[in-house]
Amino acid sequence: MPFIELESLEKTFTIRRRTGLLRRSKREVRAVDGISFGVERGEMVGYIGPNGAGKSTTIKMLTGILTPTGGRLRVAGIDPARDRTRLAQRIGVVFGQRTTLWWDLPLKDSYRLMHRMYRIPDARYAENLARCVELLELGELLDVPVRQLSLGQRMRGDIAAALLHDPDVLYLDEPTIGLDVVSKARVREFLRELNTTNGTTVLLTTHDLTDIEQLCSRVMVIDHGKLMYDGELAGLHAVGESERLLVVDLERELPPIDDVAGARYVRSEGPRQWLAFPATESAAPLVAAVAAKHPLVDLSVREPDIEAVIAKMYGGTRDERRESLT
Amino acid sequence: MAEAAGPGQAADTTSPESLADTARPESLADAARPESLADTARPESLAEGAGPESPAGTAHPKSWADTARPGLLAESWRTYRMVAGMWIRSTMTYRSSFALTLVTSFCVTFFDFVVILLMFGQVKGLGGFSFAEVALLYGTAGTSFGLADLTMGSLQRMGKRVRDGSLDTFLMRPAPLLAQVAADKFALRRFGRVAQGLFVLVWALVLLDVEWTPVKVVLLPVMLVCGAVIFAAVMVLGASALFWMQDAAEVTNSFTYGGNTLLGYPPTIFAQELVRGVVYVVPLAFVNWLPALYVLDRPAPAGVPGWAVFASPLVAAVCCGVAGLAWRAGIRSYRSTGS
Amino acid sequence: MLRLYATVAAGGFRRHATYRVATAAGVFTNTVFGLILSYTYIALWDERPQLGGYSMDDALAYVWIGQALITVCGLMGGGFEEELIERIRTGDIAVDLYRPADLQTWWFSANLGRAAYQLLGRGVVPMAVGALAFDFTLPSGPGTWLAFLVAVALGSVVSFAIWYLVAMSAFWLLDGQGVVQVAWLGGLFFSGMLLPLTVFPGALGEVARVLPWASMLQVPADVYLGKYEGGRELAGAYAFQGCWALVLLGAGRAAQAAATRKVVVQGG
Repeated sequence: MPFIELESLEKTFTIRRRTGLLRRSKREVRAVDGISFGVERGEMVGYIGPNGAGKSTTIKMLTGILTPTGGRLRVAGIDPARDRTRLAQRIGVVFGQRTTLWWDLPLKDSYRLMHRMYRIPDARYAENLARCVELLELGELLDVPVRQLSLGQRMRGDIAAALLHDPDVLYLDEPTIGLDVVSKARVREFLRELNTTNGTTVLLTTHDLTDIEQLCSRVMVIDHGKLMYDGELAGLHAVGESERLLVVDLERELPPIDDVAGARYVRSEGPRQWLAFPATESAAPLVAAVAAKHPLVDLSVREPDIEAVIAKMYGGTRDERRESLT
Repeated sequence: MAEAAGPGQAADTTSPESLADTARPESLADAARPESLADTARPESLAEGAGPESPAGTAHPKSWADTARPGLLAESWRTYRMVAGMWIRSTMTYRSSFALTLVTSFCVTFFDFVVILLMFGQVKGLGGFSFAEVALLYGTAGTSFGLADLTMGSLQRMGKRVRDGSLDTFLMRPAPLLAQVAADKFALRRFGRVAQGLFVLVWALVLLDVEWTPVKVVLLPVMLVCGAVIFAAVMVLGASALFWMQDAAEVTNSFTYGGNTLLGYPPTIFAQELVRGVVYVVPLAFVNWLPALYVLDRPAPAGVPGWAVFASPLVAAVCCGVAGLAWRAGIRSYRSTGS
Repeated sequence: MLRLYATVAAGGFRRHATYRVATAAGVFTNTVFGLILSYTYIALWDERPQLGGYSMDDALAYVWIGQALITVCGLMGGGFEEELIERIRTGDIAVDLYRPADLQTWWFSANLGRAAYQLLGRGVVPMAVGALAFDFTLPSGPGTWLAFLVAVALGSVVSFAIWYLVAMSAFWLLDGQGVVQVAWLGGLFFSGMLLPLTVFPGALGEVARVLPWASMLQVPADVYLGKYEGGRELAGAYAFQGCWALVLLGAGRAAQAAATRKVVVQGG
């Protein structure tokens, strides 16, 4: 049986809107409209979709904060809505845009609170803390008040706080938002390590497709409260006919490259040219072909934007539901 | 008087545990929450109604997480102390500001009493009550309200937590929500109000010319504790309403801060309807008016049965039950609407 | 420039107008407090008629004027300083300082809009309820109403000036709560919110009546009750409020200038 299991999960909200001075209209909105999937222990899954698609509603139901309107839901064998407190011991949650650390106190004080609140045995706590400190490079930050930490440092601090009680499942909501390249890399590296050595199941929502690409073998796309795609990232590109961009810097300004099979010239700017190719294809043969025919100095590959992929996938239709939900 | 304008953020901080211990209304109010059952007992299979499912997770080496937890009351108290402790430490990082807020908190409430002093500078009695008698009412109401405010005052800020979604973070923790919210931004400076109430109370007891009997001696502390519990229950009730209407926090002030002001004056000066209202509708009269009238050898207000002067503990218990039910309904509504 | 500030003021009005539930809750609370205070004043004036030069009807009018002006004249907090202090604390204020508008004038305009809304939203109903319940003194004519509104406007300006100055302290103290509390305390007691300043005895009363807080409730209430006889006395009352407004606004400007230098030097 899957570790996380959803069966036709539904959540309907009633939205009341003021239409006149005293008149109000009621409207039913299906934020989550019959979603079913299973996640095995130790899987690392990306959960993506546009704003208002129903992502956070699903996460709230998975953590037991929201009671589903319909369907069946189990996390680690527990019904989240009924046993919220017990489930809390088994899950860790990190919000990229909201810290749970104590603003005015040194980082380690927040950890001590977790220690007591989750009743973590002393030995286990010491062990987990030591590992987080090492891998997330928190050593010098433990005595620093949280308000003095940079965004990247705080995010690492938050991730550690969510892991001290050895959760079986980790929910990450935009864990790399606003971070610089180095911090992003460090966070991803840590998550990969956590997943391989501990077998922690990770569910990740993000707008940064690179997060998914580097971490998740599986991705789920949700839109309008429905599961639109569940499978490998590469498959998503195939479905969405998305393209990646190859940015090549040539020795000098040259006419558009149009003699490489599988690539489509997009634009150029001085010696730099942009070539599009299907996201499902590997970039390597393309790079080899370009290098063979042209004086190549440098190159980089741009990933397609997730919103663009999804928009392409479903023709970009959006109804008003999207505005009314977050 | 209402703290409407008061401190927004960091000024809020923590409690002498000993004192909070005597009142401890949060855990009492919590007692009515049957969630305790869900937490401690209820084996999984029962809870799910399905067959003997063997959950994928239970085999995991986390036996410590599932070990039996103490009752909800103890768990609430434990959580409250932990969270409040963190807030005390936070406040102490701004030491000078804390000292200033503690002193002003004392003064704010004392100025409140200065008004009564000024009044008595002009008159001999108020509604047939002497200065010492009014001071007894003021001191008992102030102490009870101060204790409730110290321990549960943060609840009035919960609307903000609901609105900005940070309440969700609390719900994800393995600790009772009410204790977490009540201890949120725990402000030790609110102790200034308790100190001031006790100060006036002692002053009143020195001045009063009362024939003390054993019953009266026992009634006095019982009145303070029950009063605090009644005020606390009103605060929990008010906070429960915030799950539906996040902007309505000020209504609670009418009954808490307003009640405190009301109870500091003799019932004889108020309209009969108002007095009846605080006996039968919002039972604030049981905080101090009725028991204090007995201590002062004065008759209960017209129409109120004589035994009512001893009914404060009963009323406090009922208030806690109602507040607990309202709180539960509030959480349930929040969890189904996610408002 | 004037149009910009007019827009800001309109924004302040609209922003508070959206909080209907909060307004209704506030009106309810003000009314309950008005009721409780009315009965204590009745008891007091029963014992001592003409206390502080007020008849009982005057005293009751005073109670309800106080409840109506709580938010308008910032008797228990200016209603904006918390937000301003938070911006200073988090450093967001640096953005405001680079705006091509003056910080103080910006907040003044926004507060003007807020006060205007509070006067309508939270002032009118408690006054009406109080008048119906207690039949207190009403102004002698439309002229007095007008004079009262002018005094309220001036009181609101003084209140803004005080709270702005309080907020500025956050530039130096980071945690401005201590100062806020002291200001709150001063306002509560010396505005006459708890007891009319005319009832304060001897020297305390004399001092209280010349402090800036007297502009916020005592002066408007006395204008309402017609305690200033003739245009000359009324002008004197306005001058009292105006002077404090100018002095405090000036002090706020000076603090702002010093703070701006500090922010620029520290780089925000």
